[in-house]
Amino acid sequence: MVVLQIMSFTYTYDRLRKMDRYMLNYLWAGMLLVGMIVATIEGNLQAVCEGVIDSSKEAVELLFVMAGVVSMWNGMLYIANNSGMTDAMAKKMKPILRFLFPQLPLEHKAANYISANFIANILGLGWACTPTGIQAMKELKKLEVERGNPPGVASDEMCTFLLINISSLQLIPMNMIAYRSQYGSVNPVGVVGPALLATALTTTLAVVICKVMCGISKTKYKRGGFR
Amino acid sequence: MMNVLNYLSVSMIPLLIFLIVINGVLNKRAVFEDFTEGAKNGFQIIVEIAPTIVGLIVAVGVLRTSGALDLLSEILSPAARVLCIPQELLPVSIVKMFSASGANGLLFDLFKEHGTDSVIGFTASVLLSCTETLFYTVSVYFMSVGIGKSRWTVPAGIGIAVFSLFISVWIAVRIVDG
Repeated sequence: MVVLQIMSFTYTYDRLRKMDRYMLNYLWAGMLLVGMIVATIEGNLQAVCEGVIDSSKEAVELLFVMAGVVSMWNGMLYIANNSGMTDAMAKKMKPILRFLFPQLPLEHKAANYISANFIANILGLGWACTPTGIQAMKELKKLEVERGNPPGVASDEMCTFLLINISSLQLIPMNMIAYRSQYGSVNPVGVVGPALLATALTTTLAVVICKVMCGISKTKYKRGGFR
Repeated sequence: MMNVLNYLSVSMIPLLIFLIVINGVLNKRAVFEDFTEGAKNGFQIIVEIAPTIVGLIVAVGVLRTSGALDLLSEILSPAARVLCIPQELLPVSIVKMFSASGANGLLFDLFKEHGTDSVIGFTASVLLSCTETLFYTVSVYFMSVGIGKSRWTVPAGIGIAVFSLFISVWIAVRIVDG
């Protein structure tokens, strides 16, 4: 019985691993296909026509605004990087980096970008996080190549870095305060404390998940925390 | 309180830029050249992530305008009821996984309909402050460096999203109802 359970578990696990490569593809296709079918049934075809055109336009408008801000922050990041500022940040954040990324060599450039990204996240700089995050991912990928691992698969460090980003580190949600006061809240700032508590809890959960998952992949595959 | 926070938020970006630039100048770096090189690379980043963003925003647009989002919330509402989550919050928490701007649009609708300081308005405020956009981050960060296998990030991210929804309601109910 137990053997059967283990067998079925490894089977599903393998299936999931194979699906993983296509996960985002399936999801994206699913959204569009389900949308089209529902629109046909509910008679919203006209709305979908407009929706497709409007949202592609919205995406490009967003990209235009992003282009300026992202380039500006990436330029600042280069200055900070070349003048040794990110080195200093990484050194200051050494205990955190050691804890979250035990296998990451701290003198590697990835450590600098990860620290810059965390600081941008904590300050709530929004689009300033994107360039630092992408540079960090690029460096983490180089690290995997140096380790001799196959490209195209997320390493434990990449997964951890991404989940910490998703769980948010922001101290003060400035945008939310602005929206709340714009829509007539009597106490727009009231969201700060609760948001901080919620952020702390989700980040804690993210760290726990990362530690457990990295632990599993380490005991299972033994080298460099990689499958 | 509001003034202090306002001042903090207004002074943060100028202060950061000041620190970065003065540090570069003191280290005798060619700061403008460094900046332009970085900005050039920034444009490349935008070009790299542009297809991903167009794809995601269009998919969210289809989901919203077709009525599939309402249908999905309808399907998920029994599960939400078990967790004591108001059904009105489901669309915003689903869209939040794909696009921040889409989620903001739904947030404003909730603010208009229920008020910012109602349980629903307050929960949405906390919810959108405590997590980032899951699929946007996964696709932008991973696809732009050519990572196809995301391994356990997506299931874990969905878990965190559900947890954050639950926590936001839990906190908001206690704050709003005293």
